[in-house]
Amino acid sequence: MVGQQATGVQDISETPWLDKDADSLVRIKGITKKFGEFTAVNNVDLDIYQGELFCLLGGSGCGKTTLLRMLAGFETPTSGSILIDGIDMSEVPPYERPTNMMFQSYALFPHMTVEKNIAFGLKQDKLPNSEIDDRIDGILKLVELQDYKKRRPQQLSGGQRQRVALARALVKEPKLLLLDEPLAALDKKLRKQTQFELANIQEQVGITFVVVTHDQEEAMTLSSRIAVMDKGEFVQTGTPTEIYEFPDSRFIADFIGSANILDGQIVKDGTDHVRVSTELGEIYIDHGQSIKEGSPVWVAIRPEKIHLSKNAPKKSGPNQAVGMVDDIGYLGNTSIYKIRLADDRIIDVTAPNQIRPKNRTHLITWEDKIYLHWDASSAMLLNK
Amino acid sequence: MNRNRSRFLSIMLTVGLIFLYVPMILLVIYSFNFSKLVPVWGGWSTRWYSVLFQSEDVWSAVLLSLKIAVINATFATLLGTLAGLAMVRFGRFRLRTLFGSMLVAPLVMPEIITGLSLLVFFISLKQLIGWPTERGFTTITIAHITFSLAYVAVIIQARLTGMDQNLEEAALDLGAKPFKVLTAITLPRLAPGMVAGWLLAFTLSLDDLVIASFVTGPGANTLPILIFSRIRLGLRPDINALATIIILFVAICVAIAALIMFRQQRRQELDEAIAAREMS
Amino acid sequence: MTVVNHSDERANHFSNALLDVLRRVQSGWRTIVILVPFAWLLIFFLAPFIVIAKISLAEVVIASPPFTRMIEWTDNGIMTIRIVFDNFLYIFDDDLYSRTYVNSLKVSIISTFFCLLIGYPMAYGIIRSGPLAKKMLLFAIILPFWTSFLLRVYAWMGLLADQGTINNILIWLGIIDDPVRMLYTEFAVYIGIIYTYLPFMILPLYANMEKLDQTLNEAAADLGSQPTNTFFKITLPLTVPGIIAGSLLVFIPATGEYIVPDLLGGGNVQMIGRLLYNEFSRNVDWPVASAVAIVLLFLLVLPMAIYQYYQGKAAEQ
Repeated sequence: MVGQQATGVQDISETPWLDKDADSLVRIKGITKKFGEFTAVNNVDLDIYQGELFCLLGGSGCGKTTLLRMLAGFETPTSGSILIDGIDMSEVPPYERPTNMMFQSYALFPHMTVEKNIAFGLKQDKLPNSEIDDRIDGILKLVELQDYKKRRPQQLSGGQRQRVALARALVKEPKLLLLDEPLAALDKKLRKQTQFELANIQEQVGITFVVVTHDQEEAMTLSSRIAVMDKGEFVQTGTPTEIYEFPDSRFIADFIGSANILDGQIVKDGTDHVRVSTELGEIYIDHGQSIKEGSPVWVAIRPEKIHLSKNAPKKSGPNQAVGMVDDIGYLGNTSIYKIRLADDRIIDVTAPNQIRPKNRTHLITWEDKIYLHWDASSAMLLNK
Repeated sequence: MNRNRSRFLSIMLTVGLIFLYVPMILLVIYSFNFSKLVPVWGGWSTRWYSVLFQSEDVWSAVLLSLKIAVINATFATLLGTLAGLAMVRFGRFRLRTLFGSMLVAPLVMPEIITGLSLLVFFISLKQLIGWPTERGFTTITIAHITFSLAYVAVIIQARLTGMDQNLEEAALDLGAKPFKVLTAITLPRLAPGMVAGWLLAFTLSLDDLVIASFVTGPGANTLPILIFSRIRLGLRPDINALATIIILFVAICVAIAALIMFRQQRRQELDEAIAAREMS
Repeated sequence: MTVVNHSDERANHFSNALLDVLRRVQSGWRTIVILVPFAWLLIFFLAPFIVIAKISLAEVVIASPPFTRMIEWTDNGIMTIRIVFDNFLYIFDDDLYSRTYVNSLKVSIISTFFCLLIGYPMAYGIIRSGPLAKKMLLFAIILPFWTSFLLRVYAWMGLLADQGTINNILIWLGIIDDPVRMLYTEFAVYIGIIYTYLPFMILPLYANMEKLDQTLNEAAADLGSQPTNTFFKITLPLTVPGIIAGSLLVFIPATGEYIVPDLLGGGNVQMIGRLLYNEFSRNVDWPVASAVAIVLLFLLVLPMAIYQYYQGKAAEQ
């Protein structure tokens, strides 16, 4: 089972997707879903492994919810197949699938108490009453709602409803738990807190989660892996770090976080770095892949990877630029600087406010002349 | 309370409500008139009530009307609920447009046309298959179900549209088979709509004169047919008495319905208060 | 291994087939849900219309049923189809019918207009009331709807009669010496229709107005609009769907109204509903009665289609 390709420092059991021989829990093969003329999901392939917390991330209408609903069995794929634990799900109705779903609206039955809501799924399995009671107690303890058994959903706060919905889906111990925007209905503060709780619960119960979200911060915090979707297709799949630090397209670089994206041309493809000519002058980039000289490329540099200095560098060279502070967005912990270059191009730079300003004035202020530089390892070379 | 209502609107509301209610109030008052001439006041009396209660054909008409109304309401609720479910929950299906049109048409179709067409239909059917052998209870009930079910379907559709469709999906997802979803989730959620639909169908049936007059046969007089045949010739104090009883009955039913709704609202407000407390 | 005899196998076969049917019914419950009410409406709503359409093209005969058959077989086996447009020609020729149609439309349109005139401010007044008052007022509007239509019309007979309440009061006040004739006039018919159909106007208007964003008025005021201007520029245009729905809900049934013209108009106000009923019950001329109904239906098909269109649009929202 130990893969030869494992190059990272992580334990292979934590990264089963790197293991060629590992069996996936969910195998999605060439799934397409059309609604009339509209293609919601277009020929998607995906493997999800036991114990993962997998996020489908994308804007509204990108097909993420449709994909989730196909996993749950509420939509029938136009073509392609879904295997869960090696079993083809095409003919399996939602009520016989080893999956459970947590709905964005929570879909708690308003005419049943918390207890009855959670018991509903267990009763469908004809479990003995004593076991149902035990499992309800167990799951309510997990979500810390022991004292709310007899409440009706309408008598709960948003956060509590969210936990009941989670408990109701989890109590059936599905092989796969599907969560549709699980935190979207909560206010911002509660959402941040719940992100960690959700990840903790997932770790405790060991059930594989597939989460649909439009919130990249949520996706980054929660997931083992993220698939970024756009127009019904996967744009990139990978760990949060891979997606953020190693985007493979301008779309991803721009969609996840923010990036300064520059047009460029390969000048020279060296052994350990490439030289790219851009509007910012020549940029050296450390890289691992080789790209044909002369082909059009793009260079993306994340705002926080650029260093600002009021002093001119000791010697001129690549990966440097000079400009003027055009605007400052003060966020407290960090500041966003809009730096105007000689050709009127604006470069975004973020810098932490590590020093409390003296006399309530900042070190860098409007109209300052400012020097930018970044490491050769910071810039990202993109070819699409 | 009325901080946003201009004086003009208040006056219009008052005048409008007086217009709606004064005729009925007078109707009730004159039922207690001793005089045989309805609008000529001859002192208080309940004599027309005793006349009414002794009238056997009134009793048999009431009985027939109630029988039709109950059966009509029950079948119309059943069929109307199915129709509402089909329209809202089944997405697109063949002939959906035709089905939808047929569900709305009875609501706006002039009764006179519905009545005439049903009568001619029943007679042609008798020629063809020998049924219905005689017109009366059965034909009136069928006619009433036909238009009542459309009203029920409207109520059910409104309720279904307002209902989170995820509830049904959640039940499916938790392992309930479609039939179980229907009985455990959809129907309980629909119950208030079905009760409202039943009551509406019941009232519509009790109220109908035109369609019943067309499709009835000899001897089968519903209450509206009986009342109509009497008041056509002029004012009748015993009809005032009957009207008073009907108005009283309806008022009590509506008051009960209002009370139930009021309590439901109270419960909802209480729930919201509890939920709000949980937030803090 | 047991030896399966023939009958066992057949029984097995049978139970398998049964299971198959049951399974199909399980998955076919959807079909049943559609089919049962659909079939009912097809038989008892659509089919009757086809029948009267057919009869309107037949000739009257003295027989039971009193009309000719459309398709007949002659003795030598030749099928003859008899379609007669005489009934329609008769209706258009006869002054009585055309006048009655026109009069029905006139009464109906004027009544609808007055319902709108009274109903609109009432609906708007309800919207502008406090939450409790709003509920009570709404109940007050719906309550008459639940009481007998017939008795509500009857109530006006008592008010409008020569010796009725209104005349009595007017005489008592000394305004008039002799009773004014009101019952059995067109005026009485207008009063009756407006009275009975007013809730049908108010309720759709209320439903439409309730969906309006009340902050629109505040926004208009904030931008410097006077209340009257706001009403005509903002509220009125946005309540057009309610006005259309309410007006059609009054206009369509009022055009075919039978009870009100019969009880309050007597013989003095001819409306098509009454004419149709009389045609039918007294003359037993079914083909002509059917033709009258078909023409009425044609007159109302456009308003009905408009109403349905708006209903569909409202349902989509």
